[in-house]
Amino acid sequence: MSIVTVQLGQCGNQIGQEVFNAICSDVHGTHGLCSKKENESYHDACKERFFCEQESGVPVARAVLVDMEPKVISQTLSMAARSGCWKYDDQSHFCQKQGSGNNWANGYSVHGPRHKEAIMNLVQKEAEKCDRLGGFFTIMSMAGGTGSGLGAFVTQCLRDAFPTSFILNHIIWPYGTGEVIVQNYNSVLTLSHLYRSSDALLVHENDVIHKICAQLMNIKQISFRDVNQVIAHQLGSVFQPSYTAECGSHYSRNPLGDLMETLVPHPEFKMLGLRNIPQMPENSLAYSSFSWPGLIKHLRQMLIANAKMEEGIDWQVQPPRPGSSLPSSHSTPKPLHFNTSIANLVILRGKDTHSADLGSFQDPSLYTSWLNPQDAFNAWKTPRAFNKYEKSAALVSNSQFLLKPLDNVVGKAWNMFASKAYLHQYTKFGIEEEDFLDSFTALEQVISSYTIL
Amino acid sequence: MTQSVVVQVGQCGNQVGCRFWELALREHAAVNKKGVYDEALSSFFRNVDTRGDGDAPDIYRGKICSLKARALLIDMEEGVVNEILQGPLRDVFDSKQLITDVSGSGNNWAVGHKLYGCQYQESIVEKLRRTAEHCDCLQCFFIIHSMGGGTGSGLGTFVLNLLEDEFPEVYRCVTSVYPSGEDDVITSPYNSVLAMKELNEHADCVLPIENESLFDIVNKIDQMINTGKLGSTVKQTSLVTSSRGSAIAVQEKPFDAMNNVIANLLLNLTSSARFDGSLNMDLNEISMNLVPFPRLHYLVSSLTPLYTLADVNVPSRRLDQMFSDAFSRDHQLIQADPKHSLYLACALLLRGNVQVSDLRRNIERLKPFLHFVSWNQEGWKTSLCSVPPVGHSHSLLALANNTCVKPTFMKLQERFMKLYRKKAHLHHYLHIDGMEQSCFSEAILSLSDLIEEYNELDATKGGPRTDPCRLKIAV
Repeated sequence: MSIVTVQLGQCGNQIGQEVFNAICSDVHGTHGLCSKKENESYHDACKERFFCEQESGVPVARAVLVDMEPKVISQTLSMAARSGCWKYDDQSHFCQKQGSGNNWANGYSVHGPRHKEAIMNLVQKEAEKCDRLGGFFTIMSMAGGTGSGLGAFVTQCLRDAFPTSFILNHIIWPYGTGEVIVQNYNSVLTLSHLYRSSDALLVHENDVIHKICAQLMNIKQISFRDVNQVIAHQLGSVFQPSYTAECGSHYSRNPLGDLMETLVPHPEFKMLGLRNIPQMPENSLAYSSFSWPGLIKHLRQMLIANAKMEEGIDWQVQPPRPGSSLPSSHSTPKPLHFNTSIANLVILRGKDTHSADLGSFQDPSLYTSWLNPQDAFNAWKTPRAFNKYEKSAALVSNSQFLLKPLDNVVGKAWNMFASKAYLHQYTKFGIEEEDFLDSFTALEQVISSYTIL
Repeated sequence: MTQSVVVQVGQCGNQVGCRFWELALREHAAVNKKGVYDEALSSFFRNVDTRGDGDAPDIYRGKICSLKARALLIDMEEGVVNEILQGPLRDVFDSKQLITDVSGSGNNWAVGHKLYGCQYQESIVEKLRRTAEHCDCLQCFFIIHSMGGGTGSGLGTFVLNLLEDEFPEVYRCVTSVYPSGEDDVITSPYNSVLAMKELNEHADCVLPIENESLFDIVNKIDQMINTGKLGSTVKQTSLVTSSRGSAIAVQEKPFDAMNNVIANLLLNLTSSARFDGSLNMDLNEISMNLVPFPRLHYLVSSLTPLYTLADVNVPSRRLDQMFSDAFSRDHQLIQADPKHSLYLACALLLRGNVQVSDLRRNIERLKPFLHFVSWNQEGWKTSLCSVPPVGHSHSLLALANNTCVKPTFMKLQERFMKLYRKKAHLHHYLHIDGMEQSCFSEAILSLSDLIEEYNELDATKGGPRTDPCRLKIAV
């Protein structure tokens, strides 16, 4: 089954291009440390999922590029073509002349309806090129105007046009100290709208990735390109082919469906966080070696202590002792900082994955009481190594990972809303105070739900 | 890609505008090596085929034939515009883009606004329409004028009104040169306050500039060159302090160097919209991010490093120093100290070899020393453009919506009242058709209200921070 990627706005397009780059370089550039047959199988599955064959032989990414101003798209298209190993379809992009001005209302209420037909036509064409459509993967940032506002609108249109397809929104959470002044308003409006139409929201926080670049990758002068490449690596580690428990002998053909099934049991809980280890500069890879028990232990503690990367993990945090978990959260004083999960997915890639023991992730104290730990936890594996890492482990988690960032953003947005600052910029395009209040209410509900886990 | 049109009104407006066009051409020439008319050029220039007779048609692709500025030059006396048309820029302006008269406005806002406004309204509208028709997607009008005189101030604000009526969707960004205390035009307070009312009501954003600050900046650059402290060598390709390509001593032609600074401001403001970068910022994002309430649209600007405004070749080691300087009092283009006043919002527009980590590091470093309003504690808008200014490796333009503009307005109010109380020179204004005493009283009221709004914000500064209660959800 194939995934159609929709890249929205400057951020979405810049990241999308890095993602396809990472996937391509993983498939072509690395050995995979496995048998030739395995490698070929992986290659075929990856191709079916992300690319389409054309006469020229160069694989064409299954993607639609959308932006309201032309500079980024033309740069993205040309960079892809220059890579030599893949490219975008020349027709699959939509842009206008004037951007959205960081204004969510402009993206959602003006550009959305105006360009709905043109954009959905492009999406329809990409969908028809797939033998079997596995779903949609949209990439956008929350801070700006196009990715956030137009992105929310497009997601709604996707839901209306493809009611039974899976939609996964990849969202970039902006730096806390501001890239755009009205980013908190834009974020609140985006999240509340996406919650209605999307199946799940997979989040990457700029602050976190920045730290990874600084501390783990040792990059001195970090550029957005560096940040995007780390994000692309992490996404690749989730979406490249792997074996789920059920299919056994062939690569899973329904990655989005499998993801949703394991991680989103309840529509109130759609916020997914992503962790990937190890992460290090390429030239250090040759000198490092890892063991599965070590990696798994670190990953589990990252989950429990809500650590963003494998350095600086707080090993003091432990799950509550079993036997003390009563239904009411008030009488169970959960240890501070302990991250409760609804569901988790671990993906292991590389040598000897069959020997890796993931029992520690099935500890019932990690989870809420609604699901059986056997159902709450899933593991996907493949012996094929990813992107030069002999062993790598990714964790996609539906847990309290994003509770604090969400609470922060809503708090700051509310603070600004109370003083009515910048509201005239939104009402000018048809988003009124009531719309803001609806969004705040929806998100307070999500925060409350995640808090009482 | 969007286009912008520059409307330069009055002597000051036209002189600054002229510098701007020279520098824009120089900048594009440095970037555009192949001589192909690209999207970046089209934001400010048309490409026309002037070989045939009659109205030259636009050429949208291919080699550059003849570039015409998207500009309208308005002046009620001929001297300045004539000089421009005889100088090196004569081919850049279309003869149909000029509106001139002979006798000037006599430093009288009423003459500029009411008399000439009425007389030339049709002609101005027609020429504006024609310029707009040549644009694929017109995004912004830049108006350049001074506040103290008659034409720039009066007719300039009249044009502002027209732009709002005729092109309500297009942004109006006004660069206004405010008169200094020792201005030799006695009636400049009247002209300025009358113009302020128009700016309050009809502009999307205003970049106030004071001559005193420009003079100080130019002096500082001059000192840097002359003391040889920074090992100066004159670089021919960088943006120069005079149109002849050689650094001219400040005493001879101060205005040229000062106009240079304003021209650079406009270039840097639009650079991210014209060129590529990892974090673009379009012009419509300026007002979206920096104007929290419609009337508070006055943005204090500062440009660093100063040597990018001159021919000085300085090794670019001190990136962090550039950020610190942007917030210091002597780099602002008005007499103000933003560090000790309250920030409503701040934008940093970077050009050249600066990455997001440099940006983040410096924001973290400077934040503790700046006072931001309680509801916008992290109110930073940032942009990174990869094309640096000509001949240099990086530069920074900081735009602040800060209560430090208040003293400028208060001084203006004081000087106005000094004259108005005695009704000095009023008769010159009142005998113009359409001018009444109420124009004056309304104008000073508008200014007082604005000052009051800034006062209210200042009152919140440093006070206890009580965040409003969040919505409660029933569990």
